[in-house]
Amino acid sequence: MSDNLISIENLSFGFGKTLLHKDINMQFSRGKVSAIMGGSGCGKTTILRLIGGQLTPNAGKVIVDGDIVHEQDRNGLYHMRRKMGMLFQHGALFTDLSVYENVAFPMREHTNLPENIIRDLVLLKLNAVGLRGAYDKMPAELSGGMARRVALARAIALDPDIIMYDEPFAGLDPISMAVICDLIRTLNDALGATSIIVTHDVAETFSFADYIYFLADGTVAAEGSPKQLMASKLPFVKQFIHSEKDGPVPFHADAPNYKTDLRL
Amino acid sequence: MNKLLNFFGNLGFALRSKLYRLGAGTRLFFLTLIYSADSFKRIHLTIREIYYTGVLSLVIIVVSAFFVGMVLGLQGYYTLEKYGSSEAIGVLVALALVRELGPVVTALLFAGRAGTAITAEIGLMKATEQLSAMEMMAVSPIARIIAPRFWAGMISMPILATIFSMVGILGGYFIAVLVIGVDEGAFWSQMQANVDFSNDIIDGAIKSVVFGFACTIIALFEGFDAPPTAEGVSRATTRTVVISSLTVLGLDFILTSFMFV
Repeated sequence: MSDNLISIENLSFGFGKTLLHKDINMQFSRGKVSAIMGGSGCGKTTILRLIGGQLTPNAGKVIVDGDIVHEQDRNGLYHMRRKMGMLFQHGALFTDLSVYENVAFPMREHTNLPENIIRDLVLLKLNAVGLRGAYDKMPAELSGGMARRVALARAIALDPDIIMYDEPFAGLDPISMAVICDLIRTLNDALGATSIIVTHDVAETFSFADYIYFLADGTVAAEGSPKQLMASKLPFVKQFIHSEKDGPVPFHADAPNYKTDLRL
Repeated sequence: MNKLLNFFGNLGFALRSKLYRLGAGTRLFFLTLIYSADSFKRIHLTIREIYYTGVLSLVIIVVSAFFVGMVLGLQGYYTLEKYGSSEAIGVLVALALVRELGPVVTALLFAGRAGTAITAEIGLMKATEQLSAMEMMAVSPIARIIAPRFWAGMISMPILATIFSMVGILGGYFIAVLVIGVDEGAFWSQMQANVDFSNDIIDGAIKSVVFGFACTIIALFEGFDAPPTAEGVSRATTRTVVISSLTVLGLDFILTSFMFV
């Protein structure tokens, strides 16, 4: 059994003719929490979609547990996805179902468990994210942080091997953020899962991730443990970690000469 | 020369995108059929959608039908009276409703009431990544979301059209018999004698099934194909009403020319 549950090999991907990713290589080790970081729009979420098989690479391959994702037929892909849980940026809870029914959804769809077992499992999952008391609420009644925790309970409903988080901290208050951080680590270790987090929140991610990839200009600009990256002298990593407004990532978007634009 | 090239370029582009959408819509329809077996296993989903598309449309259908029936009664009476055949008002109201107005007006109202709701709901589900989440949970959104709504529309529309015709006739009866004072016996007996079951009622029912299919699949496709933004969903909702209405009117002409000419 390989140490890497997921590996991305020489992957290139783009929408239309422009390539978003150029020849990317990444490995995600079993049982570890890995993070993919980078500025907005650098294609972090796209990597999760490529792993989940929602997008097909232009070149290269994504291998999940020995199988090449984009070579799977629909059944193979669905079979693969049953081993994955994904937390979407805003939770993506089904708005017409209650919290309880949202968490029960994957169980009802993929298992023949009797109702009393489903009930116990749903309450266990909700308890793990601290929201057992909110089981009868509708998604519209939840705060952003709570919705994301319910979505997390739903993502782990079938005890997946892989849990993917798309911007789990975006738009959360500091308390909710700390709660989600803690949950990601705890759930990963308790379930023996492999977690991948896509984010641009430096402080939170560096506090608990095992391995971090930095994406910039469509390539992996840097990678390593949080400690290694903290010590990195690479200008891009320094600018990103210390939130400097100017550096390799310029403050100004590409533009013609300022004076010419102002007709001076 | 450039303008001419641009004109043909734009025309070709518009034509190609229309063709693409027609193809994508047809593909969605066949996928819906394929996944229907899956969705029938969870029949409660279809029943729930029948409630949302059918039962909740009842009020607007019943009220509109009654008014349409009353207007038919009034207008029909004034014209028929000139020729001394005001007793034929029952036939006029019934034929107009069963053959044309029942299916057509119901379909137009259905597109406005249920079609827009379907498009907006599916479009917003897409915009809030609910459909993606479902895909990632290895559940087909076509089996879970599209197919139940498709069958709900197919079942609701003919029933709504039937109710429309019945309530419309009652509206006509109310004006012609109760208000104006046309002979009640003549009203009903002429209607019974001149409305043919297989030619009029069955043909009207066929129309309502065809319109139900068109309105539902258009609403579903527009929602499923909507760009996942606020503007995208609003445009898709508008398109649902415009395309459904035009399709219903166009199909009605074609069906009428085959059925009643």
